[in-house]
Amino acid sequence: MEFPEGLKYSKEHEWVLVEGNTATIGITEFAQEELGDIVYVELPEVGEKVVKDDPFGAVESVKAVSDVYAPVGGTVLEVNDVLPDNPETINDDPYGDGWMIRVEMTDEEDLKDLMTAEEYAEYVEQQKEDEDEEEEEDEAEDEEEK
Amino acid sequence: MSESSAIKPQSEASAPRLLFESGSPGRSSFYWPAESEKGQTTIPGEFLREDIPGFPELGELEVLRHFTRLSHRNFAIESQFYPLGSCTMKYNPKVNEVVARLPGFAQIHPLAPIEILQGAMELLYDLERILIEISGMDCISLQPSAGAQGELTGLMLIRACLTEKGNPRKKIIVPDTAHGTNPASSTLCGYDVVQISSTARGVIDTATVAKVMDEDVAAIMITNPNTLGLFERDIEAIAAVVHQKGGLVYLDGANLNALMGVAKPGHMGVDVLHMNLHKTFSTPHGGGGPGAGPVAVKEGLSEYLPVPRIVKQNDKFELLEDCPKSIGRVRSFFGNFGILVRAYTYIISLGREGLEESSRMALLNANYIRKKLEKGYQIAYGEPCMHECIFTDRLQHKYGVNTLDIAKRLLDYGFHPPTIYFPLVVSGALMIEPTETETPEMLDAFVEAMLAIAQEAKENPDVVKNAPHSTPVKRLDEARAARKPILRWDPGQGGAE
Repeated sequence: MEFPEGLKYSKEHEWVLVEGNTATIGITEFAQEELGDIVYVELPEVGEKVVKDDPFGAVESVKAVSDVYAPVGGTVLEVNDVLPDNPETINDDPYGDGWMIRVEMTDEEDLKDLMTAEEYAEYVEQQKEDEDEEEEEDEAEDEEEK
Repeated sequence: MSESSAIKPQSEASAPRLLFESGSPGRSSFYWPAESEKGQTTIPGEFLREDIPGFPELGELEVLRHFTRLSHRNFAIESQFYPLGSCTMKYNPKVNEVVARLPGFAQIHPLAPIEILQGAMELLYDLERILIEISGMDCISLQPSAGAQGELTGLMLIRACLTEKGNPRKKIIVPDTAHGTNPASSTLCGYDVVQISSTARGVIDTATVAKVMDEDVAAIMITNPNTLGLFERDIEAIAAVVHQKGGLVYLDGANLNALMGVAKPGHMGVDVLHMNLHKTFSTPHGGGGPGAGPVAVKEGLSEYLPVPRIVKQNDKFELLEDCPKSIGRVRSFFGNFGILVRAYTYIISLGREGLEESSRMALLNANYIRKKLEKGYQIAYGEPCMHECIFTDRLQHKYGVNTLDIAKRLLDYGFHPPTIYFPLVVSGALMIEPTETETPEMLDAFVEAMLAIAQEAKENPDVVKNAPHSTPVKRLDEARAARKPILRWDPGQGGAE
């Protein structure tokens, strides 16, 4: 699984590309894989304010609807108009054509608690391990029962 | 001697054509009367079509066979097991239909004078009293015509009550295990939703509620038993926390089928609740509706209930319209009357003991499946469940098999899949609700099929991943159907629009 260097990552599995005062935001490869086939994307309007850690939009897959949280606060400069008609773009290219919104950041401090690619890779690994551990425990219990 | 499948013509059965693709010009099922001069002028010329491109022309027998063939493909509880969790696909006893078709019920007109509707009024009045008794509440309105409309009505009552006290407040607390309609109804009623997380045990914790409970919170919406099939044991303490700050407690009574005759929400600190008659009292469900979502309240909220209200005066039933504090009408006439007749019939035919036994059997059946399936599937929460139980696909992950695959494979075994990927708090959820009417033999057959699929996932995962194999159509592309829906057949083009 790929987590490009140079992006910042949130615990809610969004990525941020920072260029000066502008932040481009999308969801990570891990997030799109967990969601499965995305069938609908809801985005804010240009000019709307987004608040750090609050939902700014939603993605709907065949399994569920999930909020997408703003990793940084600011004003929406641009939204990816391709997504409403082609939501699969997020599955195909989460870090490129599947970007969601561009925001003018209000506070650079917002970037502080975001993770680097390396930290995020570890975070994802940790989440998977937690799941595997539970799985192993379950299997151990199964064995005991037998 | 059995018919050999090799010589059985497959074409019609395996690929039936659409009506648009069948027929032949000039073929017809009936004949129009000769056009009269008067008939030609009834509809102005500009509204008349000269031709409908591609309009099918078919004989009566062709049409009859077409729809009969389609009807054989229906998956119905009358033919197979239907364990949809959270939806409660309860069997609807046929006596309900017999009673609803009695001419005195089926042929009355809602605008008939009240004097000749006394029998129907009595049934509604009695049903109100019975539902009040079952729920432990004080007053009720039978009008809302679905669970979600009941939710909105209930929240409007809360808003009306708090407004009169001086402040309608701003927020509603909704747990992460709630039915999706709860936050939607809150929003529709003008409230912000505060979501709270359930604990690792799958229930709500009093301390979590206390943390977010303040004087801006109008109410909490609790489902009990919750959508994980677990009983919210702390509901009384939670209600006390909410009441202490002047909030109200709304109970989503969707799962009342696990409690009826055993426990009463009115004794748990609940102020408002709705019941889904199709889930608890065996009225038709899932496209077979219409529904009914009566709302019951405690005394303090009764004056806000929708109008008209049925009252009994001098042994006669009247409709009371003059209730100045009422939120008004929420439904034309008296709600879905035919559905209310069916619910009444179910309750009367089971009686008090029968209702209780029905709840207990629903719990017993769900726990039977829970225990038996533990051998092949990971259970989401360890404790005994109420009327439904939840598994995950975690044990099947390492073979590349997921919940959707398991659901599709069940079709090959002749069972309707359970609810999948709900509740959202359980990753890869398989939510099974057998209901009270299934026999042990049927439950065993279902368990056997599920365990066989777990075995296949280990030994031959591809057979599960590519399922279903025996249905008229194979795995459908759900993602493409949602992304690029084709909602209209365009006969002129011989294809989709």
